[in-house]
Amino acid sequence: MSTCSVSKGCFVFKPSTKKRRLSDKTAHDFRCTSNDSEDTELRFVTCQSLWNQIKSETEQIQENLNKQLLDNLVSFLSRSHSDFQEKTTDWTCRMKFREIPTAALVLGVNVTDHDLTFRGLSDVLQDNITPYVALLEAKDCPGIKNLMQKLMGQLMKCDIDVDSLEDEDCVQVSQNRIRCSMPSLISWYDSVTKKTNSETPSKKRNSSSRHWQSPPVVVIFKDMESFTTKVLQDFIVISSQHIHELPLVLIFGIATSPMIIHRLLPHSVSSLLCIELFQSLSCKEHLSTIIDKLLLTSQFPFKLGEKVLQVLINIFLYHDFSVQNFIKGFQLCIVEHFYSQPLSVLCCHLADIKKRVYSLSHDQCESIRRLPSFRRYVEKQESGKQIELLTNNSFLKEETEKLLGDLHVYHENYVRILRCLHVFTSSLPKYPLGKQIRELHCACLENRVWETEEYESSLQLARMLNKTDLVTMLQQCVEILMSSSGKEFDRAVEKLKEFLTQFQNLEAEASQERDVSVSPQKELQKKTDLYHLQKTLLELKESRRSKKLTKFEMLRFEVVDYIDSLVRRYLAPADERALHEIVYFNGAAVLRGHLNAAPRTALHTALNSPHWYLKNQALRCDGGGISNKAPDICIVYKLHLECGRLINLVDWLEAFSTVVMAAEEPNADAASSDQVDDVIHARFIRAVSELELLGFIKPSKQKTDHVARLTWGGC
Amino acid sequence: MGVVLVNTCISLSKFLSWPAEETKYLPASSTVVEDDGTKVRKDKAQLSVSVKRFVKKLENISDNEAQEILEEKNYVAALGICAQGIMGNGSNISGGEVYSFQTPKRSNKMAELASELAQTPEKNVAPDDSKCPEKMAKTPQSSKRSGSNKVQQRSKKKEFVSTTPYRLRKRLAAPDPYLESESEYSASCSEEEDEDEQKEVSAVLSDQKTPAKTKAASTPPPRNSLAKKNKEQKMGNLVEEYFEAHSSSKVLTSDRTLQKLRKRRLDQQTLRDLLKNAPLAYAAEIRNLNQQHESLFSKWMLQLHLGFNIVLYGLGSKRDLLEKFRTSLLQDSVHLVVNGYFPSITVRSILNSITEEVLDHIGTFRSPLDQLEFITKRFKEDSSLELYVLIHNLDSQMLRGERSQQILAQLSSLPSIYLIASIDHINAPLMWDQAKLSLYNWLWYETTTFNPYVEETSYENSLLVQQSGSLALSSLMHVLHSLTLNARGIFRLLAQHQLEKKDNPSYPGLSFQDFYQQCREAFLVNSDLTLRAQLTEFRDHKLIRTKRGADGVEYLLIPVDDSTLTDFLEKEDEDV
Repeated sequence: MSTCSVSKGCFVFKPSTKKRRLSDKTAHDFRCTSNDSEDTELRFVTCQSLWNQIKSETEQIQENLNKQLLDNLVSFLSRSHSDFQEKTTDWTCRMKFREIPTAALVLGVNVTDHDLTFRGLSDVLQDNITPYVALLEAKDCPGIKNLMQKLMGQLMKCDIDVDSLEDEDCVQVSQNRIRCSMPSLISWYDSVTKKTNSETPSKKRNSSSRHWQSPPVVVIFKDMESFTTKVLQDFIVISSQHIHELPLVLIFGIATSPMIIHRLLPHSVSSLLCIELFQSLSCKEHLSTIIDKLLLTSQFPFKLGEKVLQVLINIFLYHDFSVQNFIKGFQLCIVEHFYSQPLSVLCCHLADIKKRVYSLSHDQCESIRRLPSFRRYVEKQESGKQIELLTNNSFLKEETEKLLGDLHVYHENYVRILRCLHVFTSSLPKYPLGKQIRELHCACLENRVWETEEYESSLQLARMLNKTDLVTMLQQCVEILMSSSGKEFDRAVEKLKEFLTQFQNLEAEASQERDVSVSPQKELQKKTDLYHLQKTLLELKESRRSKKLTKFEMLRFEVVDYIDSLVRRYLAPADERALHEIVYFNGAAVLRGHLNAAPRTALHTALNSPHWYLKNQALRCDGGGISNKAPDICIVYKLHLECGRLINLVDWLEAFSTVVMAAEEPNADAASSDQVDDVIHARFIRAVSELELLGFIKPSKQKTDHVARLTWGGC
Repeated sequence: MGVVLVNTCISLSKFLSWPAEETKYLPASSTVVEDDGTKVRKDKAQLSVSVKRFVKKLENISDNEAQEILEEKNYVAALGICAQGIMGNGSNISGGEVYSFQTPKRSNKMAELASELAQTPEKNVAPDDSKCPEKMAKTPQSSKRSGSNKVQQRSKKKEFVSTTPYRLRKRLAAPDPYLESESEYSASCSEEEDEDEQKEVSAVLSDQKTPAKTKAASTPPPRNSLAKKNKEQKMGNLVEEYFEAHSSSKVLTSDRTLQKLRKRRLDQQTLRDLLKNAPLAYAAEIRNLNQQHESLFSKWMLQLHLGFNIVLYGLGSKRDLLEKFRTSLLQDSVHLVVNGYFPSITVRSILNSITEEVLDHIGTFRSPLDQLEFITKRFKEDSSLELYVLIHNLDSQMLRGERSQQILAQLSSLPSIYLIASIDHINAPLMWDQAKLSLYNWLWYETTTFNPYVEETSYENSLLVQQSGSLALSSLMHVLHSLTLNARGIFRLLAQHQLEKKDNPSYPGLSFQDFYQQCREAFLVNSDLTLRAQLTEFRDHKLIRTKRGADGVEYLLIPVDDSTLTDFLEKEDEDV
C-alpha cells in the first residue's frame, strides 16, 4: 500500500497475521550490524543489566536526596490542619482558618525534572497523609472553571482508587459533569469523609489506618509561574472562603524564586495564604551526587572517557540543568558502547571476567590484538613475550584477564587519590583545578595532570596553606584512604599519620618561632622616616629570602611532595592503560551528534559546500565558493543570498538559467538561450519550492512575482 | 547609542540562532558563573572582552568586511565557548558563519554572481572569453537599450577592456538624483572588479539592468540616500544592514514580472513530467549517501526499543529513507505513517486513526486531550500493544502549532509508542521547549539525502506553478449544477461582468446595487431580498467574495482566476 494520497494523511498498517514482532527481540537489533554475531546476545544482556543497575541506583539517589524535603513537607501537612482535626471551634481558630496553609516548593530552573519530584511527593502523601491529592498544571487550567473541573476530576478519581467501590456510578458522575463549584466539592468531601467514618472499620482498615478521619485535600500547582494570575487569585479567594469546611492545603512548585508569589499575587490575596518555604537541593548538587555515585566508583565496570563526560556536563551546564537529561545521555553512552565495541562483552564485573575471557573466540582475540592500547602494550614487552602475545590465544587470554584486573585496580586507586587531591584543590584560593570534583576528574582523564600549569600553581598554593587547614585535610585524606578495602594504601595511610603526629609535635616549637619573627616588625613600627622604612623593608625581604625554612615549612613541603608523588603514581590518564577501550567509552562526537545536534548547521553545510556530502570531484571548489555544477537547490540558495529582503523571481530565474546553462553546455550558441528552457524552468520551480519548504523564503504580496527572504544572513 | 546597538545585536543574534547550536544561551552561562568555579568565569571575561571589541568596532569607521567577519567570529566563539567538542560530520561551522551579517546588497548582485558562477568552468579549463560575453549580455531581455547595447557589443570584442565601464558610468550619471545614487553603487561595484576582463562583463550586465530598473521604478525622491550614506560611514554596516533590510522603505528590486517573460506558467502535471525527464544530478553519490543512512536502520530500531525517539534532519527529502525503513523493518508490526506535509492533516486525524484503526474503538471524543487520555490508558493496560509512528515532516504547517506538538510529544512519551520523525524547516527546533523535548526524548540523526522534495512540495501552492484550476472548475460546475436556473443566471451575470473588466487591475468588484439592477433587468430576481438569499448561498460555497469599499458599498467578486472563469462560461454555454 502506498503512502501517497491526495485525500489522506494518515495510514495505518496492521500485519494481517499474528506474526507480530515482540519486544524481546530487541537483542536481534543488536546483532544486525555487528558482524561477529557470536555474543551479541550476551552483550545485550550485559548492557541491559548494567543499565538497569544504574537506573535503580539513580532512582535511589534521587529518593535519598528528596527524603529530607519530603519529610519536612509531610510534617508541615500534618501540622497544618491539626486544628481542623480536633474540631476546635474557638474564635481565634476561626480567624486563623481564613488563611490557607501553603507550602512553597523551590525546585530550581529545570521544570522537566520536577515531574519526578512531584510524583514522589504525591506517592508519599497518598501513603502517609491523605488520599486526596490533585496535581494541576498550568496548561490544563486556562480558566478557573477548567481548574475546578480538573481538580474535582482528580480528587474523585483518587477517591475511587482508595475506596475501590463500584467504579461505575462514580465514573458516571464525573462523565456527566456535575457542576464544578466549591460547594459541590465540599459536599463531596463531606459525603466521602462521612462514608469513611461510618463504614465498618474491618473493611477499611488499610486506608483508615494510614489516614486520619478527615484528611486534608492537597492541591499541587506544578508550575506556579505559568498559571495566569487571575486564575490563581480567584481560586485562592474562593477557597479561603470555604477553608473552615474543607481542609485545603496548597503546594506551589516554583522554578525561580519565592519572590514570584508576591509578584503574581496582590497583597490582599497573598495575605490569605500562610506560606512556608521549602527548598529542594540544587540541581548542581544533584549532578555532583550522581557523578559521585555513578562515575567515581568502582561499582560499575563501564566508564566515560574525558570528552564524553565533558559533552554531558556541557549540555547540563549550558543548556538545560537537567539531571534527567544527563542520565539519558549516560544511557545513550552505555548503549553506544555496547553496540559499537564488540569487545565490550568484557566490560563486566570482575567476577565474570575470567569466564568471559576464556570463552573468547579466535576472532575476538584478534580484535583484542588490534586495539591500539594493546599494541602499545605489546611493543613495550620483551620479544619473547611479544610473540607469545601475538600468536598464542590462551596466553593472550591470561594476559587479558590480568590486564583487565589491573585496570579495575587502577580505577579503584584512581578514585581514592582523586578524592584526596580534591580535598586539597577544593580549598585553594581561586580553585586552579576547579571547585568540583568533576572538573578535577576531567582534568585527570584528559592528560597527565601533573604536567599542567594549573596543577603547578595549585601545588604552589598548597605550599602556602596554614597548619590547621593542612591538618584537617590530611585527616580527611586518611579517612578516604582508610575506607578502601585493599591493602594498597596501607603505607600511604601510615605516612600521612606520621605527618599528622609531626604536626602535633611542632606545636611547642612553633610558639618560639613566632617570637623571633615578631622582632623585625617591632622595629618597623618605630621608624617613621620614609627612607628608612624602605630600607628596612628591603632588608626584611632579603632576610626572608635567605632565611632558613622553619620546621613547619619543611614539613609542609614534605607533605605536598608526598601528595604529588601519589598523584603521579595513581592519577595517570586512563588512555595510557592497556585495554582501556573495553571499559571506557570515547565516542564524544557520536554523543554530541545525537544529543546536541545542529540541524541548521547541517543544512548550511549541505547548501554551501555540497561536496562535503556528495563526494564528486566536480563539486570541489576552492576559496569557499560553489561550483556551477552543484545541485540546483545549492545554486538557487547561493543566488538568493545576494538579495535583500525581496527577491524578484524573474531575475532569479534568469540568473539560475545562466548558471545552469553554462554548466551544462559551455559552448552552446547564444541563440538557444533566448528563452529559458522549460526543463530549466521546472528545475528552478522545484528548487524554489524546496527553499520555501526549508523556510528560507515565503511568497510575498508586496510586489508581483516577488518572494520575501526569511533569513537575513549571507555569506 | 553604541551600547544600545550592541544590545540589539546580541538579542538579535540570540533570537536568530539555534537553541541547540554553537551560540549558547547567554543567561545560562552567566548563571553558571555564579558558583561554578573559575573556569567559566574566564569565559565571561572573554565574552565581555569581545563585546567591548564590538563596541570599539562600531565606533571605528571600518569598511573592511573581512575584518568584520573575523571579529564576528570571535564574538560568536565567545558566546559558544563550550562548543569546542569535535563534530564528526563536518558541521563544525561557527554560528558566525551561518549567521554572518549581510554585506550591502545591490539589486544586481545576483546577476553578477550568476555570471561569475557561469564562468567558473572556463576559468578552470581554458579562458575563452570571445563567446562568453555575448551570451552573458544577452540574457537580460528587458533592457530597453538593447539596440545601443548590441552596437556596443559588436565593438566590444576589441575595445571592451578599458572603455565600456567608463562609458557606462558616464551614461549612468544622469541628472536624476535617484539614478545618481544608484550609479555610485554600480561604479564602486565595477571598480572593485576592474582587474578582470570577465568580471567587467558582469559589470556591464548589471549596469544594463540598472537603468531599466530605475526607469520603470516609480520615482519617489530618494529622501535620505545621502544622509544614509553619511551614516553608513559612521557605523559598521553590520547593524545598519539589519535595519535597512527590515525598514519599510522601498525595496530595490527590478520590476520585471513573469508575464513579461512571455513564459507560460507550468501546471503541476507538466512540471512533474518535465522533472521526471530531467536526470537527477549526482545520482550515484546520492545513492551512496542514502546507503550510509540505511545501514543505521537496525540501530534506530534498537534505540526506539530502548525508549528513545528518533528525529532526522538534514537537506533532502527523507521520505524515501523512512519508507525504506518502514518496508524493510516494520512489515511485521503495527505502524502508522503520517504525512505531515499533507495540507489538511490535523492532530485529531492522527489520534483518530490510532483510536479507530489501531485500537478498534468506535466512538467519538470530546477533545483531543480526552482522546489522548484514552490512548494512554489503553496502551498502559495492554502491554502487548505496540505502535510505530512515522511522521514525515513533523514541522509542517499544520503540525507545528504548540498544542499539536504538545499532544504528539505526550503520545511519543508512551513507552510502547515508537516515534520516528523528520524535520526540514530551518526553524523547526524552535517548536520545542524543554518540557516537550524531554517528552520527545529525541535522538538526533543527521540524514542529508539531497533527494528532491517531490511529495512534500507537490501539495504546496508553489509560487511559479500555475494553479491548474481544473479542481476549481470542476467544483464550480458541480456546485452550479445543483442550483436553480435563476441562480445560475445570477452567477453568469457576475462572471461575465468580471471578465469584461479583467483588464482593469484595480477592479473592485461589482457593487451590489448595480448587480441588483442588472438581475432585475434580466428577470432573475424580483426583490433584493431574493438576491441576498442567493448571494448567501454562493458565499457559503465560497463561490463569491464580498468586500466593502471605502464608500461603504458592498462589492462582489468571484475569487477565481480569469482563465478558469472563461472556461466555465464556455462550458456553461455548451450546456445551455
